[in-house]
Amino acid sequence: MACQGLQKGETLASLKTESDGLKKKLEVERGKLNDVELHQVAEKTEVLGALSIKTRRVLKGHGAKVLCMDWCKDKRRLVSSSQVRTSTDLWTREHGVSLPCTWVMACAYAPSGCAVACGGLDNKCSVIPLSLDKDENLAAKKKSVAMHTNYVSGCTFTNSDMQMLTSSGDGTCALWDVESGQLLQSFHGHTADVLSLDLAPSETGNTFVSGGCDRKANVWDMRSGQNIQSFESHESDINCVKYYPSGDAFASASDDATCRFYDLRADREVAVYQKDSIVFGASTVDFSLSGRLLFAGYNDYTINAWDVLKGNRVSILFGHENRVSRVKLSPDGTAICSASWDNTLRIWA
Amino acid sequence: MTIRSARPDRGQHFRPRMLCLNKLEVIVVEMQDPKSGVTGSEQKLNVTTIPHVFAGKDIIAWIANKMKTPPEEAHVFGTMLVAFGYIYPLQNHKMLVMCNDTSLYRFQAPYFWPTQKWVADDSDYAIYLAKRNIRKKGMLEPYEQAHYNHLHKWLNHKWDFIVMQATEQYKAGKERKKPDRVVFDCQERAYWILNRPPRRTHSAMDCGPERLIDPNEDEKISFDQYRRKNMFYQQAIMRSKVKSSVSLGALVKYITTYKTHDPFLAPCQPSNPWQTDNDTYWTLNMRGVDVPTKMRVERWSFSLFELLTDLRGRDDFKVFLKKEFSGENLAFWEAAEELKWGTGSSMSAKAETIFKTFLAPGAPRWINIDGRTMGLTVKGLDHPHRYVLEAAQTHVFLLMKKDTFFRYLKSPVYKDIQKKALSPETHNFSPAQLEQNAQNRSPGIHPIILWQQEEEEKAKTAAASAPVDVKAMMSKIDRKK
Repeated sequence: MACQGLQKGETLASLKTESDGLKKKLEVERGKLNDVELHQVAEKTEVLGALSIKTRRVLKGHGAKVLCMDWCKDKRRLVSSSQVRTSTDLWTREHGVSLPCTWVMACAYAPSGCAVACGGLDNKCSVIPLSLDKDENLAAKKKSVAMHTNYVSGCTFTNSDMQMLTSSGDGTCALWDVESGQLLQSFHGHTADVLSLDLAPSETGNTFVSGGCDRKANVWDMRSGQNIQSFESHESDINCVKYYPSGDAFASASDDATCRFYDLRADREVAVYQKDSIVFGASTVDFSLSGRLLFAGYNDYTINAWDVLKGNRVSILFGHENRVSRVKLSPDGTAICSASWDNTLRIWA
Repeated sequence: MTIRSARPDRGQHFRPRMLCLNKLEVIVVEMQDPKSGVTGSEQKLNVTTIPHVFAGKDIIAWIANKMKTPPEEAHVFGTMLVAFGYIYPLQNHKMLVMCNDTSLYRFQAPYFWPTQKWVADDSDYAIYLAKRNIRKKGMLEPYEQAHYNHLHKWLNHKWDFIVMQATEQYKAGKERKKPDRVVFDCQERAYWILNRPPRRTHSAMDCGPERLIDPNEDEKISFDQYRRKNMFYQQAIMRSKVKSSVSLGALVKYITTYKTHDPFLAPCQPSNPWQTDNDTYWTLNMRGVDVPTKMRVERWSFSLFELLTDLRGRDDFKVFLKKEFSGENLAFWEAAEELKWGTGSSMSAKAETIFKTFLAPGAPRWINIDGRTMGLTVKGLDHPHRYVLEAAQTHVFLLMKKDTFFRYLKSPVYKDIQKKALSPETHNFSPAQLEQNAQNRSPGIHPIILWQQEEEEKAKTAAASAPVDVKAMMSKIDRKK
């Protein structure tokens, strides 16, 4: 879209008034179809019994804050990334790979299980093929794929090893061809750092959601690069976004100490998960397999499990000694893994 | 704090927004209220008496009462107040946690409270270390010494000023009364432990890489951005939306359907491997298993997407399609997926194969799609791109979803596998057996090996089901004659 000068009669103020007016109108339109609230629909669902979730494993071995983790499709292996003084360890449970980069903020396991991707303050996202040979020097085979103009905050493979989606502090998301390193599509629309993204699990698999420091959560069409939907109800930076298992909704975690639930078809926010006693930012969320539970990791070192339908908190998981940076459900839903700045990962079931 | 040697400009940018600071300040002020706050006492520290000292358990009890939370939550909140520097410990001053016992704490002076607006300055830290250096006559702690040396190098140009300031402050400090001086020293020390934490200290001010947006500034939006925003709002207003009752109902339905399959809500059969350290659940549900479990087979009936995503289910579906002689739809869908998610360089080759196999007139596995879609697709294949088969693929998928899938669920193939499916008995391990299980944990087959096996399988089935080239066969027969 060409950047035109101000038209006759337009001023910054008039555009702003128009914008505010349209925003209000959008809320009215959204409100018209709002014939019922989530907790009302949920009245007929039975109350959840007490959950007994315990720590089943504590994975020590990182020498520094664990920033990110991802599960392998085999349901037992995982990759995690951290920051160790001047070098970074990208760590699967068998290999330790040192990369010359501080703060590897994003890591992902490839769907085939044969490679991992990682990126961070080096502004790049690289792919490292894994090997059965434990002594092989994996860092040597590292291949740079994504190049952003600022830090990479999130990365994920699409349905195959051949394509990768990244989100960056430069305010954009991008889709890359892994083999050639070519940029296939870029997504512009955020006005500040993009901190997180998640790919839709639906059969078409053509959309993804991203959240950023501009307090917006945007839904994008991967084919056209268009921003399809946008939600602006958080009061602070959105640290993490995650799709509901059916693909028709998503949740977000923010520095304003709330997690929110958005319905994509109704095009509005349908639930806010908050409590007066929860004051510290939520940094990560993930759903359980059925979508009934929402696990959120907070900066007060705890993980809270929320009942998605009824809106109340069902469980608190204590154990970490520093901020929880990532919470992720295993591929078959049997466990939740949490990564923390206390240098450990914990598996809960 | 990480000392990044490559970058001289350290930590002077913008932190993540700390919205919690306002709320914390309100609570801390309330806690110090002489009537309704926490009850304090005086304590003797070495030879000096320090006023307004509080026990950890009293603070936690006050929080639990005020916020109506269970004690563990109050404990966590107490720890966060210490981690943010509103309260500091008198003993173990490097452990920024609150202990639920008689450990002693004091409230930090508002002068030293954390703010969003500015970060703890390196110059100030240098002055503090220089002052400490003077007082301790050169005996700084190792981490402090490391910081001191580093700052001495980077702030060398200011060093005279720094030393002068440090000496001034040291002299001014000596003129204070002893109890005041001790209190101030404690406060200052607590402030710097918070902002330049030693290695094993977890401080809430340690917040990682900066974000690029300034949390203190209001967002400046240009007129072009406003124009884009307005266009976007207009499109959003016109977009069709679904009634909440319908869409929320669908979300609830999803949860109800999957509730018995969610390991956090219903027990796994035979047992959750993470809880009992027994792998049977994973072995029974592997990709290439002969007889699947009843739960797995039930899950295939939830949607076509579930059936296709579980490769074992997809195999079963293929068996059914073979019997109906309508395998080409699924084969086309699989080929289109490979094109969409494959590498850029292989696209034209794949597009050609797909055209020859599925779309060309008289193709061996010709798919039956409407004329318009066929026309568009074939035309698009002249210049193949990732989404060239999108229309055809969606058409085929919808066909399978609305018709074939339901016939599959009613078919003898599905009913047969339902009958055969396993229903494993729940494990009942004694504590001794659980110990044993924990000793015998195995990491399972390496995913790389599994992937290699799968690639071999795919190649075999592709070769076996490759359409027979009639012309080649005929010419072979002719040659034999």
